[in-house]
Amino acid sequence: MIDREILLEKMKTSPYRPMRGKIVEAEMVTDKEKFFRIKLKGDINLSHEPGQFVMLSIFGFGEAPISICSSPTDKGYFELTVRDAGSLTSALHRLGKGDVVGIRGPFGKGFPVDNMFGFDIIIVAGGLGIVPLRSLIRYIMHNRNDFGNIQILLGCKTPKDMLFRDEAKEWMKRAEIKFNCTVDKADPDWKGNAGLITGLIPGVDINPARTYAVAVGPPVMYRFVIAELIKKSIPDHQIVVSLERRMRCGLGKCGHCQMEGTYVCQTGPVFTYNQLKDFKGECYEKTL
Amino acid sequence: MKYAVLAKRDLNKWLENLKRKAHLYAPRKKENQFVFRPVKDVRSVCLDYIPTILPPKKYYFPQKEKLVRYSIKPFKTTKAIQSFEDFILFGVHTCDIAGIQCMDVIFRESPEDPNYLNRKNTMTIIGIECLEYCDEYASCASMANHDPRGGYDIMMVDIGKKFIIHINSQKGEGLVAGLDYIKQAKKIDMEALDSVRDKKKKAFRPEFPVPLPKVYEAFDNSFDSPVWKDVGKKCVACGNCTAVCPTCYCFDVVDDTELSFNEGLRYRIWNSCQMDDFAKVAGDEDFRKGRDSRQRHRYYRKFKYPVDRYNRFFCTGCGRCSRACMAKISLKDTISAITAGYAKGASK
Repeated sequence: MIDREILLEKMKTSPYRPMRGKIVEAEMVTDKEKFFRIKLKGDINLSHEPGQFVMLSIFGFGEAPISICSSPTDKGYFELTVRDAGSLTSALHRLGKGDVVGIRGPFGKGFPVDNMFGFDIIIVAGGLGIVPLRSLIRYIMHNRNDFGNIQILLGCKTPKDMLFRDEAKEWMKRAEIKFNCTVDKADPDWKGNAGLITGLIPGVDINPARTYAVAVGPPVMYRFVIAELIKKSIPDHQIVVSLERRMRCGLGKCGHCQMEGTYVCQTGPVFTYNQLKDFKGECYEKTL
Repeated sequence: MKYAVLAKRDLNKWLENLKRKAHLYAPRKKENQFVFRPVKDVRSVCLDYIPTILPPKKYYFPQKEKLVRYSIKPFKTTKAIQSFEDFILFGVHTCDIAGIQCMDVIFRESPEDPNYLNRKNTMTIIGIECLEYCDEYASCASMANHDPRGGYDIMMVDIGKKFIIHINSQKGEGLVAGLDYIKQAKKIDMEALDSVRDKKKKAFRPEFPVPLPKVYEAFDNSFDSPVWKDVGKKCVACGNCTAVCPTCYCFDVVDDTELSFNEGLRYRIWNSCQMDDFAKVAGDEDFRKGRDSRQRHRYYRKFKYPVDRYNRFFCTGCGRCSRACMAKISLKDTISAITAGYAKGASK
């Protein structure tokens, strides 16, 4: 039982009230995805962990969980990259520089960066999975000496769906990050790999005990990618994924994101395979 | 004063008094069922009732509740509810009080829900103890919610011509203090209470074939049980079971903008995990496909997950889900099917 005085204090404020976020940059980056840079009042930092999300509001349209794609080391603003996929995100796509949105958060547990210090990192990004992972990649870039070798494996449908293309070139150059991309369907100008992202994993050269693998992508990707990573002998607790769920509150109340007994919005969205392997279902399809 | 007595002929007098103190909600008859309603005429209050269609949760967790008042230009948000008014829930069964205790656990867990906390703070609960079964749907004895276990301000027990009134809080004390027709209970009243309780012990029997620890154990092993396929085949996904459940609290958030297109209110409204879009995300990926897995989820949210997370079962035994089911899915039958093979003593 918490103290009555503390309780009374907590009854005064509402976690459902969004903060004001001003869009200072907006740009279509592919046919379907738009990039936003947002500033909070007083240019305060969102103070998030890489891998966390915000609840973004457009009044009249509602609210949805959106991954943060900038690093906490990017100060004074934060960034989102959003696909036009529903009524809220479509309304968001109609907004541009100078417009205002509501922000609550950050919510959830991010990537375990403190535990990842000193480790080699394999980043496996499928499709939009690169969005939350960009937050981690930028964090690593800004703390480059704290991490070992970094390899990024990126899979997308076609070359023109690739996000952060110019930035990726810079990652490779400036931060000595190995970058490998594959597309499901190549076009005549494509010089990289073609095929599924799982095809890239057997080729990576790692010392599994000192490697963290972080994979984010569509649900169907996980069982295949995790199976490949296990084949590489990476320990279960060093295989990290991030799960997408419908969410309405971010506070572990509304029930939508519940995965068996776990609220993804509070316990996740980032989980280690060690946390997930005992789930009976409902997290991703497990059997091959 | 811990135990007091109220003569039945003075009940309406007391209700009139309560009505003057705060909003008073009590059960009354509606066709051949019962509902909690604001009390206009105290004579309509009915204490001999089977669980109401909706539990009193509609008063402390309203079906549609304001969260935030907003203005789009300029961007502004303000409190949607300025003040919460005192109210009394009168004649609440012990199963529904257990439901309130479950909700407390959810909404008090950090991050706390201020709407719920504020409303709870203004609520007074006057319970009435059941002395016999309401109907064949209840499973309150197996859930151990047929006897009062705290969580109320006042509990009433019918001992014939009088009610024994157990005063359990300062709030409760305030509702009986200074009333000359509510008197300190005498020894003879307490003896009458004992004899009523003795008789009650014979009236209630565990409704599940096995005790609760076995039910939990059975659930632990039944995620892939064919029982869920059977339940799923019957289910019509109407969501009645979750709407009438005193411990279902899932909600959706919706915006309602005024005609000005500038100001509006953000609400939360009850939602049901039985709806097919409940766990669907924008790309149409559905994380709980099929009525079988959605029904399984509902049952696990009563008998397994909250036990692991909050140390209590979230079924109160009120029987509403079975009573309200359009497809006649019975909770007692489902539990029997799940626990078949889990003999009373033996482990599987």
